[in-house]
Amino acid sequence: MGPRRRWRPRRCDSFGTATNLLIPSSEAGKGDARKLASTPAPSGQSPSSAATPNSSRTVLSAADIDRALTRIAYEILEANKGSANLLLLGIPRRGFPLAQRLAAKLAATDPSIDPAAITGQLDVTMFRDDLAHQPTRAPQRTELPATGIDGKVVVLVDDVLYSGRTIRAALDALVDLGRPQAVRLAVLVDRGHRELPIRADHVGKNLPTSSSEKVRVRLAEIDGPGTADEVVIEAGA
Amino acid sequence: MRHLLDTESLGRDNAIAILDTAQEMSAVGEREVKKLPALRGRTVVNLFFEDSTRTRISFEAAAKRLSADVINFSAKGSSVSKGESLKDTAQTLEAMSADAVVIRHWASGAPARLATSGWIDAAVINAGDGTHAHPTQALLDAFTMRTHWARLTGTPSVGGDLAGMRVLIVGDVLHSRVARSNVWLLRTLGARVTLVAPPTLLPVGVEHWPCEVSYDLDATLEAGVDAVMMLRVQAERMKASFFPSAREYARRWGFDDARLARLDALALKDTIVMHPGPMNRGLEISSGAADSPRSTVLDQVRNGVSVRMAALYLLLSGDMRAAPTPALPAFAQPAAKDHP
Repeated sequence: MGPRRRWRPRRCDSFGTATNLLIPSSEAGKGDARKLASTPAPSGQSPSSAATPNSSRTVLSAADIDRALTRIAYEILEANKGSANLLLLGIPRRGFPLAQRLAAKLAATDPSIDPAAITGQLDVTMFRDDLAHQPTRAPQRTELPATGIDGKVVVLVDDVLYSGRTIRAALDALVDLGRPQAVRLAVLVDRGHRELPIRADHVGKNLPTSSSEKVRVRLAEIDGPGTADEVVIEAGA
Repeated sequence: MRHLLDTESLGRDNAIAILDTAQEMSAVGEREVKKLPALRGRTVVNLFFEDSTRTRISFEAAAKRLSADVINFSAKGSSVSKGESLKDTAQTLEAMSADAVVIRHWASGAPARLATSGWIDAAVINAGDGTHAHPTQALLDAFTMRTHWARLTGTPSVGGDLAGMRVLIVGDVLHSRVARSNVWLLRTLGARVTLVAPPTLLPVGVEHWPCEVSYDLDATLEAGVDAVMMLRVQAERMKASFFPSAREYARRWGFDDARLARLDALALKDTIVMHPGPMNRGLEISSGAADSPRSTVLDQVRNGVSVRMAALYLLLSGDMRAAPTPALPAFAQPAAKDHP
């Protein structure tokens, strides 16, 4: 085999801006329809006063999310025995800001880390197993760090782990981009109900849920600057 | 069932959705593994009743990059030359369970007939019919212009349109389906289009199109322009003499070296020169212009694959069994307008 040509990331002009999405679905290009990670809340409206017909409760506040991410960042460094060869790939849409926050926390503990250089975004839309059975999803941008993923320890970052199908698609997408030395998985919330033999290495919070409930994650980067970070469980219809 | 038959019925949201999807698809062409599994197991038939180089190759590359199976059909060397009708050909394809039919036909309206007659169940993509429409060419032209326009205005191209862009479409408008599709799509995206052609090469009723018309290329260049699209002089469709001589046409309506230099003199340093191909070098465009840094001819070909991937993906990836998805409701067009 000759030398492998690296995939070069394209210059990005719309990195993670929710306003650019044209398919109005809150989860366009992303996970299970059942996962329903979030719909943007009207900014300024406090979540407790949100008039939803179903009861909803906040399971993680902004401070909880921050603490969980701090712990995950330390776990990542511990499992990797340092910061060498580490890459964080967020799965759009909410996995990417989480990956950026994790990278910032890694950089805070290890000044040799450049957070922008180890963070990327991995779109899995085209690798999903339900493309033919769901409404059309608009693909999102895949943006890898300039180093590529060959020989790296890739940590996939997502907001909610549910059936595991998004992660399966992500593993397929990674294979087409290169050969990482290892792939790990960090999620903010593991809500159970796995349909595939997939397990997260780093979990912010294990959240026992009924499959009729909806877990919504709100992040300021995606849902607008006025939104408070939180994870909410809503009772199903 | 959804189809892509023309740009007149293509809404702004759908057009931008196609362009945005194409933007993401274009990254695939730069990867080590230039393939996505999105259309695995689907069959795309390229049904070409008319000669084509880049459109057919582009559609084939697009379908293969999405992992679809591709069947190429050209009328030459097939049973069409034995007198088989479009209906029988289409139903043969249906029996082979094609999921999408990409059709180029010399008759205006043939794709619409295929899409609405109930002969087949597959998605129909018009790859050029007679002098009616060539939607994927217009979309790739708009994609090329949008990339350029976003760079000029400093805005992100994803989600953007062409508001305020001044576009000239110059040459054989009468025979050009590219011009027709572009006029409608560029109008939808907010660009200001001016057609420039000899009066004999403008169709009847052009005054009702959403564009301006001029007979003088130099005057419209003076007025300022952001993109000049040169059209091919379609000698194979010309049954009468539309201009006195090729030399006169080249002097008055061709984009020659003098006009290329004129752009610099007019301080239009960001104006691009486009051509859908194949080019008649020395007639509607000089070699100097075609090979200049302003020329986007090869960008257009490159973008063509991305745009066609986007169209195939959006038409084929939705729910196989159910009715149109909310994302792309307005593709179907009941009847095509036939131009003389």
